[in-house]
Amino acid sequence: MSSRKGTSRSIVDRSARYLLLLSALVSIFVVFLIGLFTLREGLPALREIGLGSLLTGRVWRPQRGEFGLLAMIAGSVLVTMGAMLLGVPLALGCAIFLAEVAPDRVRAVVRPAVELLAGIPSVIYGLFGMVVLVPLVRRVPVPGNTGFGLLSASIVLAVMILPTITNIAEDAIRAVPREYKEGSLALGTTHWQTIVGVTLPAARSGIVAAIILGVGRALGETMAMIMVIGNSIIFPKPLDNNPLTLFLSQARTLTGNIAVEISYATGLHESALFATGVVLFVLIMIVNTTAHLLIRERAR
Amino acid sequence: MSERLSVISRPSPEKTVSRKKSNLASRHLVQKVAFAFLWLTGLAAVIALLAVVGYVIVQGVRVINLDFLLMPPRGGLSGEGGISTTIVTTFYLALLTIAIATPLGVGAAVYLVEYAGEMQGRGGLIPRLVSLARFGVETLAGVPSIIFGLFGYALFVTAMHFGFSLLSAGLAGACLVLPVIIRATEEALRAVPRSYREGSLALGTTQWQTVWGVVLPAALPGIITGIVLSVGRVVSETAVFYVTLGGSYKMPTSLLSGGRTMALHVYYLAMDTRAFDKAMGTGAILILSIILINAVINCLSRRLTVRE
Repeated sequence: MSSRKGTSRSIVDRSARYLLLLSALVSIFVVFLIGLFTLREGLPALREIGLGSLLTGRVWRPQRGEFGLLAMIAGSVLVTMGAMLLGVPLALGCAIFLAEVAPDRVRAVVRPAVELLAGIPSVIYGLFGMVVLVPLVRRVPVPGNTGFGLLSASIVLAVMILPTITNIAEDAIRAVPREYKEGSLALGTTHWQTIVGVTLPAARSGIVAAIILGVGRALGETMAMIMVIGNSIIFPKPLDNNPLTLFLSQARTLTGNIAVEISYATGLHESALFATGVVLFVLIMIVNTTAHLLIRERAR
Repeated sequence: MSERLSVISRPSPEKTVSRKKSNLASRHLVQKVAFAFLWLTGLAAVIALLAVVGYVIVQGVRVINLDFLLMPPRGGLSGEGGISTTIVTTFYLALLTIAIATPLGVGAAVYLVEYAGEMQGRGGLIPRLVSLARFGVETLAGVPSIIFGLFGYALFVTAMHFGFSLLSAGLAGACLVLPVIIRATEEALRAVPRSYREGSLALGTTQWQTVWGVVLPAALPGIITGIVLSVGRVVSETAVFYVTLGGSYKMPTSLLSGGRTMALHVYYLAMDTRAFDKAMGTGAILILSIILINAVINCLSRRLTVRE
């Protein structure tokens, strides 16, 4: 009796083990499917247009069979750069503030605020950008300035990537052994000198990883970008003689291009959008893997 | 920290070299300036949050009333009508996504924590599968949502002929939140003390009986946190559903009917009809739901830490 019960128990035990293993493999299966399907759908475009001319072509006119992504690549790269320029000092400042400077009571306010920033839907950022930021930017007196464009998009994106960078950088700063700081302070340095001279260099790889993950997040953002960047398929260029007006130029991101056109695209056009997806996927995989390698290296 | 610091760096009274003193003063000045900047960045984060949340809620409250919540949208250029169907669609979609992703995610996490640990460093097929599974979770967590959308569009909408529907969107959404649930559950399982497992195993239970009867109940609050996080993700997601859910504002009647979530409704109102007041109203409801979800998560994790 007891032995029979034992075998039925062990059958349940063994089948549970294999079922659980199967569910553990679902993630990698989904990754595989994502790769397979975007590549399969993108293959006709990659074959007919060619990866080279897709990446370097300056004109995107699907009706005429011209598929060049360079304008959108420039849009994505510029808006990411803009967001980094504005967002990285802010996010790192926040991380140092939270890890080293903020009194507990202030921390108890700022920390949840940063967490909630991460939770706010991207359409809300987009909406806020459209209604508040764009009219503000439109006030800059430059001919052709619509308010929609790289500057508005960069500001919105800078706030959106703040939580990503701040969280990971703060973890990295907190992970620096106490003895390092104490050793430095014992030499008579100020707290700030210790932060700059000891803590930040010791946390360097984690901070770099945080910034890289921020880049990945920025490159992947879609809806908020569609809402504030203007979406013109033009190669962004300065509106007048001042090179800084480049950022008042409208643009379109790779992600936005996919989202806006996929619902009505057919044939080669649809395939070209999937090829865009493949390019984006590979790009972000490289970015994220680099960051994870850095984080793992630090853990070791 | 700073108190102790000031003790350390205060010049000793017998110190006489004035050059050193001025050096210290300038070092303190630099620190003051730097810390002022750090305070400003912390302040900026709070202000950014208050500006976005405050503006949308204050603007939104003007159009919110019972009719707005209970009437279906009627389309039209100014986005007439309410948002009732979008609330229902959001609810259905969240439910569907969770129903698909939770068993898979929890199962995956249980395997990775409870079963995979014992074969670390061994060769053979299964350890290799385990590291592949870990790589899968890590990769999936970093895939941008528009790629999930593209994938869902290619596989569920087109290849499997589900069309723009709750089912397509739910499946694509489940892929999106899978890593969220796996990570939260893994963390919850790791927090269950080893002694629980040993106590149960010592009674002669199988590993599965221990997992089912002892470990999972102990990890439940953490698992629920993961599920609530995923609900938040679905409620706030737009890109995935923009290309898989269709966007009809009618009430969904089956798994195969399309729909429009609150977040999508905000997008359509703002972009297609420029009905910003209604968009703000919907956005305010959206933000309030997110704040509610965050509050639930905080509550759960506080209970979790209290128990430990």
